[in-house]
Amino acid sequence: MFDTMFGWFSDPNMRWILTGSLLLGLGSGVIGSFTFLRKQSLLGDALAHAALPGICIAFMLSGVKSVGLFMIGAILSGMLATFGIHFVTRYSRIKQDAALGIVLTVFFGVGVVLMTKIQHSGNGNQSGLDKYMFGQAASMMLSDVYLMGAVSVLLVLICALFFKEFKLVSFDPGFARGMGLKVWLYEQLLLLLTVIAVVVGIQAVGVVLVAALLITPAVAARYWTDALGIMVVLAGLFGALSGVTGTLISSTLSNLPTGPVTVLAATALFVVSIVFAPRRGLLAKWLRHRRTRKDVRSGLGVQTAPSMISQHAAERGAD
Amino acid sequence: MFDFWIILTGTLVAATSGILGCFLVLRKMSLVGDAISHSVLPGIAIAFIVSGSRDSLLMMVGAAILGLITVFLIQLLQQGGLQSDASIGIVFTALFAIGVILISRNASNIDLDLDCVLFGEIAYVQWDILVINGYNMGPAAVWFLGITLLIVLLVIGLFYKQFKICAFDPALAAALGIPVALFHYLLMGLVSLSTVASFESVGAILVVGMLIVPASTAYLLTDRLSIMLLYSVLVGALSSAGGYYFAKWLDASIAGSMVTVAGLLFLLAFLFSPLHGLVARFSRRRRMKSMTA
Repeated sequence: MFDTMFGWFSDPNMRWILTGSLLLGLGSGVIGSFTFLRKQSLLGDALAHAALPGICIAFMLSGVKSVGLFMIGAILSGMLATFGIHFVTRYSRIKQDAALGIVLTVFFGVGVVLMTKIQHSGNGNQSGLDKYMFGQAASMMLSDVYLMGAVSVLLVLICALFFKEFKLVSFDPGFARGMGLKVWLYEQLLLLLTVIAVVVGIQAVGVVLVAALLITPAVAARYWTDALGIMVVLAGLFGALSGVTGTLISSTLSNLPTGPVTVLAATALFVVSIVFAPRRGLLAKWLRHRRTRKDVRSGLGVQTAPSMISQHAAERGAD
Repeated sequence: MFDFWIILTGTLVAATSGILGCFLVLRKMSLVGDAISHSVLPGIAIAFIVSGSRDSLLMMVGAAILGLITVFLIQLLQQGGLQSDASIGIVFTALFAIGVILISRNASNIDLDLDCVLFGEIAYVQWDILVINGYNMGPAAVWFLGITLLIVLLVIGLFYKQFKICAFDPALAAALGIPVALFHYLLMGLVSLSTVASFESVGAILVVGMLIVPASTAYLLTDRLSIMLLYSVLVGALSSAGGYYFAKWLDASIAGSMVTVAGLLFLLAFLFSPLHGLVARFSRRRRMKSMTA
């Protein structure tokens, strides 16, 4: 045990991959908090699928397998996808969930067509494309880790810088508009950051699982607190912890892919939160329930009633 | 024959998914189909590990069970007060992750390929032939999908009124004494059955696409449920035939092309639907403006 732990930190390659997954989890946890509050949790799933045609077109145009170019292509088609979702919901009777689904499947379908086209065209250089899609954290190159780390740090910095604005836009866009805030601008910025987080995440955990990095740590964090600032920090911590745990477990046990293990680590944190969180957790609720029953039975019900009401009101206010 | 079997398979998937998709789109549950189609993966993997064979029926059972577990877990989280989109996202990613781990640990050297499960290869449909008593009965997938379509038609046909009321007004349905939860799980059971039946032959994207896109197209073309169901099946069939020839012309993925064509048809309806299209909407607005001016 000690030897393997020592091995992790003495191996420079491992150290970089660990740093990369830590930063990645941190960044997507932070951004995920805002997407969750804006009730757009599944946007990450849609954007991850929508990135495929962009990646393929970037490859077709350039003919080289470069992570940077893939990311630009993916970001462009991700932005096009968010625009499409917005446009369809705004100008037709189609609801947001269906619009999300349409964009997700159609973009992905187009992407698969382009990908098979590339494969059939006999270009020997294409083998990296599907690796990119399914995520290969263990085989990431040092330069990829640098890029991912840098992007994640940038995401966190921007969130810290515009925290107040993002908070207003997420909770009460109408009020924010009334205060003279350029809501549209900040919404676009948040969307752009989400797209970037997704695109960076694809490479580490793959298209399907990238959604989990945005959703699960944020929801887990929500169980512990009502304050957005604390929630964002917690979500970042949970994400970083999942990333590190996933990387460590998959590197010690053979044959375990990093992406899914990372996601399961996040899910485990979520389960712990849902059970043990101080006020909203199942255990706390059950204890409270039992205490109330006991109080009522022993005739203390009358005295405790006001505090219960205020607690109830506090809970209602939090939702 | 080659063309015929593939288009038929695609059309059967499209018809089954199209009918169910209408109810999902109306109930704002489009993405449950997406979730189910991904989370059945561990079911397939467990069935494979337990039995050690690629027996389709067993895998279907495993997958269908996982489909229902997915729906149940999503419901459970929602009842705990979590938003529906977040519940869906947490449940299906976790189950999918378990599926990927199970496959990569236990089945990586065998013929249970992740790419194949996700993308599906409808072009292989005609090589998996069902043989009964030495007779060649045609592709096995066509039989599976045909039976699934019959089951869906039967259930929806029998309880059409109940499903309709549940789709448009669950509160009214409950007030009328219709067991809403039962019909919810019945619908979800059908969705996971059809997802699983289609999955092996055509892959996840085609199933999810066919659940959502043709139904949404139909929703833009009519206000009546019966006609919406009909349009949805027609649009699906058209996408599957058109997609096949598109793929042949491009020499690219058939399933991907079918979804692409379905997307193009949706775009056409979005722009030019006489009832709810963008063009009609704007010309109506302009007419109104000129009348008031």
